[in-house]
Amino acid sequence: MTKAAKWLRGPLARAVFALVLVLMLGVIFPAEGAFYRAGTHLGAWRQMAVHGILALGLLPVILTGGIDLAVGSMLGLVAVVVAKLVMHLGFAGLSGVLVGILVGAACGATSGALVAIARVQPFVATLAMMVFARGLGKTISGGMKVATAVAGPDGVMRYVDVPPLFKALDAQLAGGGLAVVSLVFVVVAVIVGALTGFHRIGRYWLAIGGNEEAARLSGVPVTAAKIGAYVWCGVCAAIAGLCHAAQEQQGDPEAGTTYELTAIAMVVLGGTSLAGGRGGVGLTLLGVFTIGYLDKILSINAVPEASRLMLTGLIVVLAVLAQKSGRSS
Amino acid sequence: MTQDVLISLSAPLLRMDRITKRFGQVAVLSDVSLELFPGEVHALLGCNGAGKSTLLKILGGVFPCDSGAMFIGEKSVTPRSPAHANRLGIAVIHQELSLVPSLSITENLLLGRPMTRWGFVSRRKERDFALERLVEVGLDLDPDKLVEELTLGEKQLVEIAKALGVGAKILVMDEPTSALTGPSVDRLFDLVRSLCARGVAVVYVSHRMEEISRLAQRLTVLRDGRVVGQAHVRDTRLDEIVTWMLGSRTPAKIDESRSERVKGVEEAELLEVRDFSVLAERSSRKLVDGVSLGLRAGEIAGCFGLSGSGSSDLVAGLFGVLGSRASGFVKLGGENVQIENPRDSAAHGLGFVPADRKTMGIVPLLSSAHNATLAVLSTKSPWGVIHHGRDRQMAEDAARQTRLAPEALDKSIVELSGGNQQKVVLGKWLISEPRLLLLDDPTRGVDVGAKSEMYDHLRALVARGAGVLVASSDAEELVEICDRIFVFVRGKIVATVRAQECTAERLLSLAMGAEVREARP
Repeated sequence: MTKAAKWLRGPLARAVFALVLVLMLGVIFPAEGAFYRAGTHLGAWRQMAVHGILALGLLPVILTGGIDLAVGSMLGLVAVVVAKLVMHLGFAGLSGVLVGILVGAACGATSGALVAIARVQPFVATLAMMVFARGLGKTISGGMKVATAVAGPDGVMRYVDVPPLFKALDAQLAGGGLAVVSLVFVVVAVIVGALTGFHRIGRYWLAIGGNEEAARLSGVPVTAAKIGAYVWCGVCAAIAGLCHAAQEQQGDPEAGTTYELTAIAMVVLGGTSLAGGRGGVGLTLLGVFTIGYLDKILSINAVPEASRLMLTGLIVVLAVLAQKSGRSS
Repeated sequence: MTQDVLISLSAPLLRMDRITKRFGQVAVLSDVSLELFPGEVHALLGCNGAGKSTLLKILGGVFPCDSGAMFIGEKSVTPRSPAHANRLGIAVIHQELSLVPSLSITENLLLGRPMTRWGFVSRRKERDFALERLVEVGLDLDPDKLVEELTLGEKQLVEIAKALGVGAKILVMDEPTSALTGPSVDRLFDLVRSLCARGVAVVYVSHRMEEISRLAQRLTVLRDGRVVGQAHVRDTRLDEIVTWMLGSRTPAKIDESRSERVKGVEEAELLEVRDFSVLAERSSRKLVDGVSLGLRAGEIAGCFGLSGSGSSDLVAGLFGVLGSRASGFVKLGGENVQIENPRDSAAHGLGFVPADRKTMGIVPLLSSAHNATLAVLSTKSPWGVIHHGRDRQMAEDAARQTRLAPEALDKSIVELSGGNQQKVVLGKWLISEPRLLLLDDPTRGVDVGAKSEMYDHLRALVARGAGVLVASSDAEELVEICDRIFVFVRGKIVATVRAQECTAERLLSLAMGAEVREARP
């Protein structure tokens, strides 16, 4: 088999093919030229950023053969915590960011310790974290959205300003098109790309997912590397939570519900194996763009949300089946 | 060589006639014939790879033979599946028992064929059936007890009860005593004798001469897929059996560097192990029982033992693979070391080539180059940053040291042959410059050429002042490469021999239970 033929059968070619297919959909249904306007694309990138950051966080966990179902609720928890601190309690933006990231890292470390030390199955451990983090977020917010309207002790609503942190994160650069959250997404992608490609922990993640026992016998610090993957996942969920809170200008305790499923779909659609040991950043980015664009193209064509969901489900299954047949042949 | 044998005047219960089986081009069994008479215990012996397990699998219906025939009584039969073999009256009791731990004894005895009344499972009928079976094997147990609560000896008897429950007349037992202690062995033997008195025939795979002479009437020895000896146990001496098992060989080539090596390194003890034990999983049984041994720098030492002797558990335990199951005092270069996991070992300059390459040696989804550098990433990448050029250099170094073609590095490791995969696993540790390399059955499944190359690499490693400790059940291999050999039987070292003064025959006799003698160190 020549190199080119091998590449064509590889997961990268398939992921590119899936993205091209979705973009073709945009060419066929351009929604009266909307597909060809730069604003549409910049908007699509802004909208896929939050899900994309979650997917990039999930990638290392999935490489080790694990899964993290808690990313959506960690996002909601951090959104609530940061909104509360910065909007209601008057904390500085930077300390809000730091606390938010610490909360995400702590949740991730807990999941990681459950998986790597207590040997709870990743699905179960992170399912528990998913429920717990959601509950914690609701407890902190009192079940209400943490918004600019604050009820005073006398029951009268006061309004506070949108904090500069949120304004900055939700800003759009370059003449009102390129969103800051898209840049955050790019930075996260560069970091996880460096970790997987140029740091030994990336090699460890792949080795653990490929054959944990062989990795252990080669002196790989399996426990530490696994916990590291979940911590990274928590940090990314926190960053996504910050972005989400900034975009909505509030901390919604329900934020991020079902986001974990979209993020997992993005990773898998790119061709990263849920069994672990196979995949990478490039593939994940392709998966993020495929699902992000699919959603955008369907929405500019005014396809109702109900049909959009069904179509997305269908396309995810088709793409994954295509990946599978590629591997077995 | 085959002795003419006639056990009794009765007709054989089972007759295997010129059974042949190939895997691809390789004939694993050629023209194996065996007769089994009612009431007989027939011992089956052979070294690793002699074809014993293949023969058992054909008997048990795991796969069919390519040519030859099997007769039960006068009828020609071909077991098509384990269930079909059961219906024909053949039951195979494997070393790893086939009981479901979370089910009760009754449920296990009737697994897959519940007793019903009006289409519903009748618990009373099942219980009565189970009680009868338990009485038959002399077990006084509540049939509702869960199998996981039983001792190993009890499980073994339940397994036999299960075989009897399906009406087995031919029992095949694969090293049934390897995990049993004295009293359980006696109990098992009593049962086997009483079954034989009722006309059941037993094929008994074992390497313990003492057991064979206590239990079996006849024996068959396989080597390279052929029957090389068949005799009455009482007429056969151990040295005859050993000669059958090993065959006549070209004498091992003498390694001239060896004598000098041994002379030059009398001084420093590199590894000192004192009172080292390894427990079996979830049990207090000792796989390795208070072993002490020493290894000098520049020495290749061997741990010889047949399966279940504890030699490979010792090596794995020393590397920290078995975690808290291993205990004992270990001194490395004169200093006490505490090794709890493979990471500690690697940090102390140890390396380990495991027995099962597929599940323990390689990461199948990584390239060969990445497999080769996996063990040195923790020490040779500052701040954890992988320098790709340097990473590549180290992989190429591993390839050079093991004489692996550099092109192979770019391939996924599963595309390589077994021998080349093993080179990657070995190279992974060679570039970490180990003080002590531990190996467990390192040449399993690699061809002759790759074997002798592997030996060269080990010799080169000790020439640089490292030590090598290799566990193997291949006597010839150890005699060829080792300076000293420790012989393991039931978790203990029964003899320490200088390989130069030893033959494969003598090693095998020692491991099969010949006289116990401590050689001068």
